Amino acid sequence: MTGAWSTKEKIGLACVALALIALPFVLAMAGTAWVRITNFAVLFILLSLGLNIVVGFAGLLDLGYVAFFAVGAYVYALLASPHFGLHLPFWLILPIGAAVAGLAGAVLGAPTLRLRGDYLAIVTLGFGEIVRIFMNNLSAPVNITNGPKGINLIDPFRIGDFSFSANSGALSGPIKYYYFLLLVLLAVIVINRRLQDSRIGRAWVAIREDEIAAKAAGINTRNIKLLAFAMGASFGGIAGGMFAAIQGFVSPESFILNESIMILAMVVLGGMGNIWGVIAGAVLLSFMPELLRYTVEPAQKALFGRMLVDPEVLRMLIFGLALVLTMRFRPAGLWPETRHRRELDADRK
Amino acid sequence: MTDVLLEARNIGKKFGGVQALKDVSLTIRRGEIYGLIGPNGAGKTTLFNVFTGLYPRDGGEVLFTGQPLALESPHTVAAAGIARTFQNIRLFGNMTARENVMVGRHVRTKAGVFGAILRSPAERAEEAAIRRRADELLHYVGIADRADNLARNLSYGDQRRLEIARALATEPQLLALDEPAAGMNATETVGLRQLIDGLRKDGLTVLLIEHDVKLVMGLCDRVAVLEYGEKIAEDVPEAVKNNPKVIEAYLGTSAH
Amino acid sequence: MDILLQQIINGLTTGSVYAVVALGYTMVYGVIQLINFAHGEVVMIGAMVAFAVIAALAGSALPPAVILLAGVLAAVPACMLLGYGLERIAYRPLRHAPRLAPLITAIGMSIILQHLALLIWGRNPIAFPQLIDNPSFAIGGAAISGVQITIILLSMVMMAGLSWFVYRTRFGIAIRATAENVHIAGLMGVNADRVIAATFVIGAALGAMAGVMVGTYYGIAHYTMGFILGLKAFSAAVLGGIGNIPGAMVGGLLLGLVEALGTGYIGEYTDLCRWPGAADGGWMGERCADGAHFVLFGSNYQDVFAFLMLILVLVLRPSGLLGERVSERA
Repeated sequence: MTGAWSTKEKIGLACVALALIALPFVLAMAGTAWVRITNFAVLFILLSLGLNIVVGFAGLLDLGYVAFFAVGAYVYALLASPHFGLHLPFWLILPIGAAVAGLAGAVLGAPTLRLRGDYLAIVTLGFGEIVRIFMNNLSAPVNITNGPKGINLIDPFRIGDFSFSANSGALSGPIKYYYFLLLVLLAVIVINRRLQDSRIGRAWVAIREDEIAAKAAGINTRNIKLLAFAMGASFGGIAGGMFAAIQGFVSPESFILNESIMILAMVVLGGMGNIWGVIAGAVLLSFMPELLRYTVEPAQKALFGRMLVDPEVLRMLIFGLALVLTMRFRPAGLWPETRHRRELDADRK
Repeated sequence: MTDVLLEARNIGKKFGGVQALKDVSLTIRRGEIYGLIGPNGAGKTTLFNVFTGLYPRDGGEVLFTGQPLALESPHTVAAAGIARTFQNIRLFGNMTARENVMVGRHVRTKAGVFGAILRSPAERAEEAAIRRRADELLHYVGIADRADNLARNLSYGDQRRLEIARALATEPQLLALDEPAAGMNATETVGLRQLIDGLRKDGLTVLLIEHDVKLVMGLCDRVAVLEYGEKIAEDVPEAVKNNPKVIEAYLGTSAH
Repeated sequence: MDILLQQIINGLTTGSVYAVVALGYTMVYGVIQLINFAHGEVVMIGAMVAFAVIAALAGSALPPAVILLAGVLAAVPACMLLGYGLERIAYRPLRHAPRLAPLITAIGMSIILQHLALLIWGRNPIAFPQLIDNPSFAIGGAAISGVQITIILLSMVMMAGLSWFVYRTRFGIAIRATAENVHIAGLMGVNADRVIAATFVIGAALGAMAGVMVGTYYGIAHYTMGFILGLKAFSAAVLGGIGNIPGAMVGGLLLGLVEALGTGYIGEYTDLCRWPGAADGGWMGERCADGAHFVLFGSNYQDVFAFLMLILVLVLRPSGLLGERVSERA
């Protein structure tokens, strides 16, 4: 955790970095679609890292996380599209989206924080639905969200004349976004790691472990929980803004409960509280639909001559099972928190 | 010697229709070990929980270092300088021993989210100081070699010590121990006794709830006895031991 | 037509259903402090099973009443089995796990059940076949249908039955004792495992009935119907005081009324053109010319009311109308 990297680690790190830089070009050979798929996977990694602050670090179950993603996406869409005729630059909107989402998180969490954690779960679950209802209906009497039709022609990221959506030489639009996402991801990982090993991060974990003991040890649990909630939500808001720009289009349909469940499954399967575990879980589950599409569909057609199980249904069944089975057999996830590993080191001494 | 650290006046507490505490008043002087004993259900832990902000009180007030103590929440009490341990140990099981103690420094430090993200020099210095202090305290309570172990994997005696170290990390003026010897074997109890003795030598004031009357009588400067939520005696151990009301409370009248 | 009376009738109907579903949440919460997120899906499965059976038999020569009964008799045991299975397989192994674990399992089970239903019955709703006609009765300027009367009466009977069971039988005492303190109840010879399983089974049976009722009321059963219904019923349970059986009944009825009246009147009251002075001129005046409307929130916000009630209760009176305190205990 602390101390400098060893030479071996440095070499490994350099290899990973090179691989990540080369990745989009390799993927592009198989088709630009794969770069897009990878970009969405990175977005989901960002979302899981945000949710991990709330669920993994602080132990607060948020079942409507996608709502904050939606808030970020709509903030971007409204401020950078012909819908209102506003075209603010992305570097201004992303922080606004983060702030609005963070505020929504704090406002939502506040009434439940002195109650048992389960209430937060149900309130967030409900909130996810409410946000969708508003997105669907806030098209009248004044058209704010354009209802179920969603908002179109959203501006891509642009720095001066450099647009992220256009192709420039070997760099296709999706590849540019890939590098941007990678940079954001790197920043988010660093932020998460630093938070985890900080006074605030310890307070979160302490609350997760034993709230009463945390209070007695002098932690203002209400504020610290609120902080976790707002931070997690603001990460969701940033991811939402990027989603809107990459996709160029947002509609309420992208922000349904199933998305929240998917993000939760990524965090839980990977290992609540462990950044690398969460990333691995997110990679695993976000590529799974593609995997299913290329295996289950042909397999079914070959075996039965027709589709019996829709891959989308199968995907949700797998997410549900992932939640249930992980809790039952590996509650710390496939890649548990590093503290446990650190302890193994301590015992070996 | 007459410097009063904590003064409780007419503390009352009701649970539903049950009067758990009735007009309890007591004074704890700076630098002493103050014992609180009484039969099961006499209200010891309730009083403790009121002092440490866990339960709201129904009457009375508490003065701490001459100021009215804000009892609305445990963390304000910790900030004011009262730290506690729990009868059934409450540690952060999946954190290491060192991290447990580092959490105790929370209330005396101030790095926020931005400090942590930016790793500002101030934050780094504070973090190093927190770590250093935690290691000192682990050493002080005698479990320095367990610093990297998860709290839940420590032995029972070591968990008690860790809980005390975490409480000490909040820099308390008053350390409140809720039955620290409960469940300990004879050797562990002796060790604990030495630890508490050491705390007094280092100038700390200790409030001790204990079932083990021998431990209390041997260790405490003064002792209060609770029965049915009322204080029936408060004196030096010798006097309390010979107090007829206390003897009756413990041995019961012939009816029992 | 008398809108007020009509909305009260509608509210009592849906409220009865909420109350019956809420009982399932509150009983389980009472004994093991778990929000059984999957309960809404149990209700959905009840409706689906019943409708599948009814639809299959609809073409037969059997009398309609027999067909209906067959549907109910298939749904109730199926859901009881499901409730038992949920407790046994998913929740019981986690009884001593950290709090988050059973909650996460519950949401996982909910997703699994929902998508299993999708696999079995498909994406399209099952419609309720026209077996018997649904007579409508006029009372004081409003109408009440035969289905509504049946739902309200049946719910009352079930709630009375459950109250009798919980407050007047030995097993009911065991349930209440377990809810009070599981350890002490155990010492007194109560078999906690049986009691906990029983609350799931009873809750599921009630849920199955609720599913059939709500499906009949709206004329369709659909694999997604359990989610929002469950959310509302849970809100009702919190409104009444979670863990409190009479509370769930009161909360359900109250929520049904609030929702019906809210939906009935929100459009009218958030129509800015009806606000005094609004239509006098300027921007608003233009909008309101010729008796036009400017409705901020219409009846499409129906599903928001339950949530608002939930938040309001949590802020103002987290213990609910009839409940004890629910905050984190020492």
